Amino acid sequence: MTKSNIAIELINVDKHFGAVHANDKVNLSVETGTIHGIVGENGAGKSTLMSILYGFYQADSGQIKVFDKDFRATSSKQSIEAGIGMVHQHFMLVENFTVLENVILGSEGGALITESLANARIELTRLAKEYGLEVELDIAVEELSVGMQQRVEILKGLYKGAKVLILDEPTGVLTPQESDELFRIFEALKNEGVTIILITHKLREIMNITDHVSVMRAGKMVAHRETSKTNPEELAELMIGRKVLLNIKKSKAKIGKPLLVAKNLEINNEQGLKRVSEVSFEARSGEILGIAGVTGNGQGTLLKALAGILPLTKGTIEIMGETISPKSRLNPEQLRNLGVAHVPEDRQKMGMIAEFSASETALMGYQNDKDLNQGIWLKKSLVKANCASIMEAFDVRPPNPNLMSSNFSGGNQQKLILAREFERDPEVLIIGQPTRGVDIGAIEFIRKRIIQMRDAGKAIVLISVELEEIMSLSDRIIVMCDGIITGTVNGADADEATLGMMMANALESPAEAKGAEI
Amino acid sequence: MSDFFLTTVLTFDASVRICVPLIFASMAGLFAERAGVVDIGLEGKLLMSAFIAASAASVFGSPWLGLIAGMFASSVLAMIHGFASITYKGNQIVSGVAINILASGLTMILTLAWFKRGGITPTLQNDERFLSITLPGVDIIDHIPIIGVIYRELISGHNILVYLAFVIVPIVWWVVYRTRFGLRLRAVGENPKAVDTAGLSVEGLRYRALLVGGILCGIGGAYISTAYTAQFTKEMTAGAGFIALAALIFGKWHPYKVLAACFLFAFLQALSIRLQGVVFPVIGEIPVQLIDAAPYILTIILLAGFIGKAVPPKASAQPYIKEL
Repeated sequence: MTKSNIAIELINVDKHFGAVHANDKVNLSVETGTIHGIVGENGAGKSTLMSILYGFYQADSGQIKVFDKDFRATSSKQSIEAGIGMVHQHFMLVENFTVLENVILGSEGGALITESLANARIELTRLAKEYGLEVELDIAVEELSVGMQQRVEILKGLYKGAKVLILDEPTGVLTPQESDELFRIFEALKNEGVTIILITHKLREIMNITDHVSVMRAGKMVAHRETSKTNPEELAELMIGRKVLLNIKKSKAKIGKPLLVAKNLEINNEQGLKRVSEVSFEARSGEILGIAGVTGNGQGTLLKALAGILPLTKGTIEIMGETISPKSRLNPEQLRNLGVAHVPEDRQKMGMIAEFSASETALMGYQNDKDLNQGIWLKKSLVKANCASIMEAFDVRPPNPNLMSSNFSGGNQQKLILAREFERDPEVLIIGQPTRGVDIGAIEFIRKRIIQMRDAGKAIVLISVELEEIMSLSDRIIVMCDGIITGTVNGADADEATLGMMMANALESPAEAKGAEI
Repeated sequence: MSDFFLTTVLTFDASVRICVPLIFASMAGLFAERAGVVDIGLEGKLLMSAFIAASAASVFGSPWLGLIAGMFASSVLAMIHGFASITYKGNQIVSGVAINILASGLTMILTLAWFKRGGITPTLQNDERFLSITLPGVDIIDHIPIIGVIYRELISGHNILVYLAFVIVPIVWWVVYRTRFGLRLRAVGENPKAVDTAGLSVEGLRYRALLVGGILCGIGGAYISTAYTAQFTKEMTAGAGFIALAALIFGKWHPYKVLAACFLFAFLQALSIRLQGVVFPVIGEIPVQLIDAAPYILTIILLAGFIGKAVPPKASAQPYIKEL
C-alpha cells in the first residue's frame, strides 16, 4: 500500500477564464473508499475544479492522476472511461426520456437500443438492490421528484462504472429527510469501495458525513483537514479568511400590529396552474415571518402575489390599509408607493437587468419617482448620486454606479437590490431568497440588515429554501408543501426535523404542530 | 356514382404525387429539429436539389446521377447551415432563411450560366427521368370492382421515388425510436448538456442529423424536377418546404403523424387543383386560394393551442454553448 490507495490526485492544476484565475495551482489527493468534502464560497473554484476532473473543461497546466494513472480528459468520455462519475447541481437528464433511457444514453452498447435497454434493466435492478437506490425504471424522468431524479443521476454514474462519484451541491434541492436518505446511500457506496467527492457550502453536511475535507478560497486550495479533527468554526474561517458569525444574535422581537393580513389565498402561477390554496397568515410590525418549503411548493407564487405581480383567484390581502382581492388588484408600483418593498427570488431574472448599469438597476421599480424626474427626463445625475449613496450604505463593491450590473459578483448584486428596496424605508418587506448564491461574508451582512429592519418595526415576510436561514432569522415560521400551509411554529421552538416533516407534509398529526400557532 | 368514385380515386392519386416531396422534406426537418436545429431552409434545399438533379440528369442522361447530384447539393447546403448555426452558433432561423435566398438566387444564375436560359433547364427525355412503374397483377385485379380501380390508379403507376417516400417513413420511425443514433438524436434536441456530460459530441450529432436531412431533402428535390415533372423551372418548389415545415409541426415531430399531416396538406392541394373554376350550386365558385392557405391556417390554429398542443423539442433553435 504505497500510493495505491489514492483515487484522485491533482498536482498544481491551474485554470484561467479570461482574467479570472479560477483555479490557482490546486493540489488535492483523495483516498480510495472515502468521502471527501470540498468546501468553499461561491466562486471559490470548486465547480471548475471538478469540471476539469470530469473533462468538461481542460486545465491550463498541472497534472492529474486517476488511480495512479496519468489522466488528461478532453471530453467527459475519457473521464467516464477512467471511472469518474459526476452528479451535477442541475441534473443532466433528458426530461421526457424514461429512467432507463437516461441511464443508457452514451453507453448503449450496441447500435440498436432494445437489447441495451434489456441489459440495463437487469444491471440497474442489481445496482438498486445493492445500494438501496430503488427507482421506477419505465417512468419519464420529469414525473419523478427531485430526490428521485438525483438517484437516477447516481445510478447513471454507477451504471457507467464509476468508482469515483463527484456530487456538486447535492442537497440544495432536497428536504432534510431526503438529504439523510442520500447520506445513507453515500455510506452504502462507501462500504462498497466507491470514492465520493462532495462539493458543498453546507458545513453541517461536511461535519456529518465526510472523512476528509479540503477548503478552497478564491481559486486556491487553502487547507486539508481530517473531518474529525476540525470544526465548523475553523472551516468557516478558512473559507472566507476571517472569523464569521454564523449565528447572528438578535434581540427579542417587539411585535406590533399586523401590517399584512392574508386570508384564504388561492393563486395561480404564470401558466394558470393553481399553486397556492387556502393560505392565511399575518405579518406584524417588528417580526420576521419565515416561509419555509422545498423549492416549487408554492412559495414563489405566493411571493409574486404579495408583490402584486400575480393576481389572486380567491381570498384577500389587507396591506397598509388597502385590500387586494381577485376583483381589485394593486400593481407592483402601487404597492411600492404604499411602502411595500419586494426583493425577488431570482435576482438575475427579476431583480435587475444584467446589461443595465448599477444606477439603472438601483432605479428599477422607482423610475416614476417624482423627485427623480423632470418632465419626461430622468435626472441622471441625481439617479447616480442616489445609487452611490445606497452603495455606500450597503457596502456594494466596487462602489461604481456606472458599472454594468452583470459585472458585480452575486453577493454585490444582491446587496445592491436589497439596498434599493431597504433604503426607501418601506413598512412591509417581501423578501425572497436573500442569500441565494451569495458568499458567506455577504450572507452575514445581509442577515444583519434584515434584523435591523425588523428592529426598526417593519413587517418582514421572508421566503427561503435554506432552512438554516429561516431558522436563524424568523420569529415565526410557516411551512408550505404543495401550495398549502402544512405547519406553523415559533422561531424559537423550531427544529430541523419537525420542519423537515412539515416540508414533506409527512407529520402524523398536523394539528399538533398547529398548536404552536400564536 | 362511379364517376364520382373515379374522381375521388384520382384526387387521392394526385395527393400521393404531391405528397412525396413533402414527406422527404418533413422527414429531413424531423431529423434536424429532433436534434435541436430548426430547419427553415428546407425550401431552399428542395429547390437547389431540384435544379442540380435536373441539370445533372440532363447533362449525364441518367436520373440516378441526377438524384445523387441533387442529394449532394442539398447536403452541401445543410452543411453550410450547420457550419453557421452549430460551429459558429449563429441564429438558426437567420441561417435557414439565408439558405433559402441563396438557393433562389443561385438556381437562377446557374441556369443562365449553364444552359443560357432564364430559370429553366432543358426538358428531360424519358430515359433521363424517373418513370412510372406498373405493378404486377394490374390486369388481373382490374376486373374486381372498386379494388381494381384503386389498385390501378392509386397504388400502381407511380415512379420509384413515390414508393421510396412511403417506405422511408417507417424507417425514420425505426431509426428515431429504436436505434442508438435515434436515442442520442432525441436527447440532443431535448437537453444537449445531458449528451455532453454523457461523453458524446453535441456538435457531431447535430451535424449528422443535418446531413441525413440534407440527403432526404435532396431526394425530395430530385423528385420534383426529374419525376413529378421533367424539367427545372424557376421557384418550382412553390413553398413545398414551408408546407413540409408546417406538416412537421402539425404532426408534432412524430414520423407517422407527420406523414398524416403531409397527406392531409397534399390532399387539400390536390382538391384545390380539381376544384379550380368548378361552380357549386348555392355556394358558387370555391375560392381555391383559401384551400391553398389551409395548411398554414391549420398549423396556426394548432400552434394557438386549439387542436392539442405542439411542443417542440426543448433545445430547438438554441445553439449549444458549453458552460456550467
